Amino acid sequence: MNTFKGFVIKEFKQIYRDKRTLLVLFGMPVIMMVLFGFAIRNEISDAQIGVLDFSRDDVTQTLTHKLQASKSFTVNAWLESYEEVEDLFRQGNIKEIVVFEQNFAEKLEREGVADIQVITDATDPNLAKLVQAYTGSIVRDYVADLNAENGIEIQQAGLQPEVRMMYNPELRSVNLFVPGLIAIILMLISALMTSISITREKEMGNMEILLVSPLKPYHIIIGKVLPYMVLSIVNVLTILLLARFVFEVPFRGSNLFFFLEAGLFIMTALALGVFISSAANNQQTAMMVSLAGLLLPTVLLSGFIFPVSSMPEVLQWVSHFIPAKWFLVIVRGIMLKGSDLMLVWKETLILGVMTAGFIGLSLKKFNVRLQ
Amino acid sequence: MYDVAIKTEGLTRRFGDFTAVDQISFEVKKGEIFGFLGANGAGKTTAMRMLTGLLMPTEGQAEVAGFDVYKQAESIKKSIGYMSQKFSLYNDLTAEENIRFYGGVYGIGRNELPQKTDEVIDSVGLQSVRKKPVESLPLGWKQKLAFSISILHQPKVVFLDEPTGGVDPVIRRQFWEKIYEIADRGITVFVTTHYMDEAEYCDRVSIMVDGKIEALDTPKGLKQSFSCDSIEEVFIQLARSAERGQG
Amino acid sequence: MNTIRFLLEKEFLQIFRNKSMLPILFLMPVVQLLVLSFAATYELKEVDFVMVDQDRSEVSRQLAAEFQSTGYFTLHDVVSNMEEAKQMMDAGKVGMIMHLPPGLSSDFYSGQHASIQLSVDAVDGTQAGLIQSYSASIINDFNQQHRADLEMSLPNKPVHQAKTINLVPQNWYNPELDYITFMVPGILVVLVSMIGLFLSGMNIVREQEIGTIEQLNVTPITKTQFMIGKLLPFWVIGMFDLLIGLALARYGFDIPFLGSLATILVVAGIFLIVVQALGLFISTVTGTQQQAMFIAWFMMVIFILLGGLFTPIESMPGWAQDLTLANPVAYFIRIMRMVLLKGAGWEEIAWMVLVLSGFASLLLLLSINRYKKTAG
Repeated sequence: MNTFKGFVIKEFKQIYRDKRTLLVLFGMPVIMMVLFGFAIRNEISDAQIGVLDFSRDDVTQTLTHKLQASKSFTVNAWLESYEEVEDLFRQGNIKEIVVFEQNFAEKLEREGVADIQVITDATDPNLAKLVQAYTGSIVRDYVADLNAENGIEIQQAGLQPEVRMMYNPELRSVNLFVPGLIAIILMLISALMTSISITREKEMGNMEILLVSPLKPYHIIIGKVLPYMVLSIVNVLTILLLARFVFEVPFRGSNLFFFLEAGLFIMTALALGVFISSAANNQQTAMMVSLAGLLLPTVLLSGFIFPVSSMPEVLQWVSHFIPAKWFLVIVRGIMLKGSDLMLVWKETLILGVMTAGFIGLSLKKFNVRLQ
Repeated sequence: MYDVAIKTEGLTRRFGDFTAVDQISFEVKKGEIFGFLGANGAGKTTAMRMLTGLLMPTEGQAEVAGFDVYKQAESIKKSIGYMSQKFSLYNDLTAEENIRFYGGVYGIGRNELPQKTDEVIDSVGLQSVRKKPVESLPLGWKQKLAFSISILHQPKVVFLDEPTGGVDPVIRRQFWEKIYEIADRGITVFVTTHYMDEAEYCDRVSIMVDGKIEALDTPKGLKQSFSCDSIEEVFIQLARSAERGQG
Repeated sequence: MNTIRFLLEKEFLQIFRNKSMLPILFLMPVVQLLVLSFAATYELKEVDFVMVDQDRSEVSRQLAAEFQSTGYFTLHDVVSNMEEAKQMMDAGKVGMIMHLPPGLSSDFYSGQHASIQLSVDAVDGTQAGLIQSYSASIINDFNQQHRADLEMSLPNKPVHQAKTINLVPQNWYNPELDYITFMVPGILVVLVSMIGLFLSGMNIVREQEIGTIEQLNVTPITKTQFMIGKLLPFWVIGMFDLLIGLALARYGFDIPFLGSLATILVVAGIFLIVVQALGLFISTVTGTQQQAMFIAWFMMVIFILLGGLFTPIESMPGWAQDLTLANPVAYFIRIMRMVLLKGAGWEEIAWMVLVLSGFASLLLLLSINRYKKTAG
């Protein structure tokens, strides 16, 4: 037991002696949180648009002003003809051209109907949809005002949907991303770092030395894993504090339950790291496997950015094997819905089974090697 | 032409407050086998790294193969061979490929290479395993291979940093036969070792203590002036006075 | 020149000898491109919803049928009170609750404002937004269909003096608003960056860690030769992977190739040097592969998330948009999309290529400078 204690202390010292890496390890979550808490959004602000006004009357000018005044848009180009559209789009800054037809105000007055053509650069389909929708709502507001001035209320016959956004009424992206960031950072520190640190011992030939020492193989693994576990816990705490006090993400569930679940996910990630290291022969392989097998799937297949339910069925099926997916469901549940174990027992169980599975597989691999 | 292969004058290297190598001055003649002894931490490796152009001296002068270590480090590199303490061939390449790579890097022509490779393989006795990754070879063979590669390009001076560490007596003997052979060809050999019987094979031996050279003479001369029976006794006598911790 | 040839020969031998790396180098990018391109979509697919039907009328039946017929919504259950429905949502069984209050159909047929309540699970805000807009348009269609009947049945027809402005949308370059067309070029960039950033840098740190670098340092190899020997092999592999990826994009995903392939390849060449040089730089400031990888990973995450790949750069606050100006990945993603999807030529992308070249030279100089053949 003393040998083991000594070994663990050595591992801690090795990691904590290197101040630079330590700074990155602790600083990274903070930077990521701040950067993405503020920067990743799906709303639009100051998208650059152009106006092609064939009419140049009061109405079109008022509408142009309204577009300009909105936080979503900046009118940055005044076009003379359709030919210019292509050039502008190809330069890439202008996302939408609003075209007012000839005699716009006159038509609106006389016929009661006028057309605005909205040409979008739909290379980014999502952005195009958003830009169109925002333009639409500005125009609708204008028309409503115009009609109101003339004493006309639009008849509202038919069904009117009243939408209530549950759990996250302002649709804040931060609320959504925080759990995802926790998952990514834990994967990075727990899985990647562990897998590399164990593979490193193998590559440098130290593993043999350790294996002939009185330490049992699982002692070695635990010794390697413990420092990263501590690091991970500190990082979870940091992120959580930032989320609550800087980004004011709601936290409706129990703190204790959250930490238990986070602890479970840390275990899953560590077990995954150990598993990778048991299969990889050198650090490069461990790194690339972690990268391709962990980073991208955690970002893309977990529901962090893209809803899992939007994916093709095959990928939804694949996503079941991504631990981060289950963790995300749990954490979002705890934070936004106030879920308890009753509601997320299934996800918790899956993570538990995965953890046990990875540990079992790596034990098997290590044993095979030792015989 | 020169008769002096290595010449240092007050060569010093400090790391912060710590003086690893303190004003060492010596000359090594062409074709000489120069034993460079010292306890662990005495400053041998630092000195050797300065002479091979891996480390800049803090002060003092040094010339290797007629080139200045400050200004002509790159020319030095063309004229020396180096076998480091740490095994430094590519484990994932075969013996043959290692020879080819280092040969090529030292400017041995494409046409000459196959023949050179055969020569080295024969001299080390690796015919049967030439196409196996170096990783799978026993340590002694690896060391012999590393040594052969360090003299592949006919350097003027070859630096051997504990070339026989961890190898069996038979191979050690073979190593020293090789060393004599290349010294006969006019290659200067600068060698560190912890085996005191090996020190006796050198033409001259220096012993470093705490960054300074405390003794420098032929093995015979050393034994006489310290009135000892063996270099080992001389070494222990000097190393005991060291202030720096061993290891 | 000869020295470089030997260096390259050695690097390629080592790369191709490492059997576990080969699939990672050549197979993984393809698999990832396939998987990730399909995964990265915001389109709505099958949301389960529960109906709290307190009206129990023809309208509620028709509405439920209307929602289901779009294929986006599946009726999970019909319950009679909100409590029950709320529990289903808490448990994550349904994404939307449709509450039809009593008297809905009578209001509807009398031409009055008849409101139905839609409660959307907004934990995933993006999806919630989609559900909202899809349901709004379904309900709108529903109203349109019934308008004729309605107007017939109403004693006083509404006055039609209200003015309207119609929006006529026109989507260029991607009229079907296909998300895959948009994502594939960007994902390709990420895959190429990973190869460039991670492999060449790590390679040097690896030699440092194993100790072979010291042996190299006493040879006459110059810094520049060494750097080229380390950069070129992975540059070639990166370009090769890009070509495979482009072929897949063209023939597998039917991505339009409006611009010139040569332009893409030239820019890719420069871009690879940028990320590789960055990898080299990281390797010169770190001592172990672990440190180097960690920093490289960290940078990669930032590059991806601030690269406009998933969330538009236009949506970021000003300072973050400024930050993306220092992100090489953002430039290349943008160039890829512009050239492939819009047919942009040199004229439009010249300034970005210049910036990338600037990054390349700066980082190369920095890392060659930092890499010392002598220590201390």
